[in-house]
Amino acid sequence: MNLTWMAWTLPTAIFFIAIVSILTAMTIWQIKAPSAERKGFLPISTTPGDRLFIGLLSSAFIHLAWIGLTTLNLWIAFVIALIWIIVLMRWG
Amino acid sequence: MNKWEDNKAWFLVIPVFLIVAVSAIIPLMTVVNYSIQDIFGPDNRIFVGIEWYQEALSDHRLHAAFQRQLLFSGLVLLIEIPLGILIALTMPKRGWGASLSLVLVALPLLIPWNVIGTIWIIFMRPDIGLLGSAINGLGIPFDHTAASLDAWVTVMLMEVWHWTPLVVLMAYAGLQAIPEAYFQAARIDGASAWSVFRYIQLPKMRGVLTIAILLRFMDSFLIYAEPFVLTGGGPGNSTTFLSIYLVKQAVGQFDLGPASAFSIIYFLIVLLACWIFYQALLKVGTGDKQ
Repeated sequence: MNLTWMAWTLPTAIFFIAIVSILTAMTIWQIKAPSAERKGFLPISTTPGDRLFIGLLSSAFIHLAWIGLTTLNLWIAFVIALIWIIVLMRWG
Repeated sequence: MNKWEDNKAWFLVIPVFLIVAVSAIIPLMTVVNYSIQDIFGPDNRIFVGIEWYQEALSDHRLHAAFQRQLLFSGLVLLIEIPLGILIALTMPKRGWGASLSLVLVALPLLIPWNVIGTIWIIFMRPDIGLLGSAINGLGIPFDHTAASLDAWVTVMLMEVWHWTPLVVLMAYAGLQAIPEAYFQAARIDGASAWSVFRYIQLPKMRGVLTIAILLRFMDSFLIYAEPFVLTGGGPGNSTTFLSIYLVKQAVGQFDLGPASAFSIIYFLIVLLACWIFYQALLKVGTGDKQ
């Protein structure tokens, strides 16, 4: 299949492979050890899937805010977002 | 349920998954790929990293379009939700009047979006349009192609005319679902019409109204066809909403990279709004009052 029209680049390929890997890992985790909703520091009860979604979406906004408001290296935003997702998954 | 039945269910889900993949996920992936490159052709593209995102986030025209969009969606909710409830309250509850009013109210919803724009262009024309010439006949200068305020008034009138019926139908369904016993109890207690509305009808409509607010916000936030046909985003940029600005950039100027970056930002905003409303709907579904 010719995928030239999709204009793939290495960074975007890595990005999507990472997202698919996370989703696959989460699915396997849920099948092996089904988890229930729980209440952490977030104002709503969430499942691990909910927390991952919130984490990914908020990470996107962290990156956008970083690009819009600073001229600093984007990797710093990436590290902040990664820490935020870990905190959210563990205590959210 | 045995394992074979479980597997059969998966076969039923696969076509939907494939359709979503082809129609949504693959195009979205392509847009992400485009958003970090300068595209001149399939084999002629340059990696630019986050440049288009920086450009989009510092673009004052985009900020203006975003503010316009928020104002538009805010006005839509402020007008359509109370008006829809008011009309639903005044509609007949049973008999032929109920059927007739439902059909009449639903009529604008049946007209294709681009036709709506054309109808209102003609309707509001200052020379031959029924409403446009009537307003001018009263001595009020009105021209939606020349004055920003007039264009906004026209777009809002069109939007309210087109979509308030959806709110009416939903509110009406919510009202019809309230058991008669509530009203009997209110009558025995001597409750006023306002009290009946405030303490019986409004709380009972909470679910349908949340869905109505969700639908109207999302639809109005993504609006394109009607204002594009009616005003083309003008006069100037006064009715250039987010999607009109995006199409101008992508199709008009063929700036696929910046338009893709902007699309991703737009998508994330819509996704956030959807999620917030989805949480609100879940609360309504579980009867959580907080």
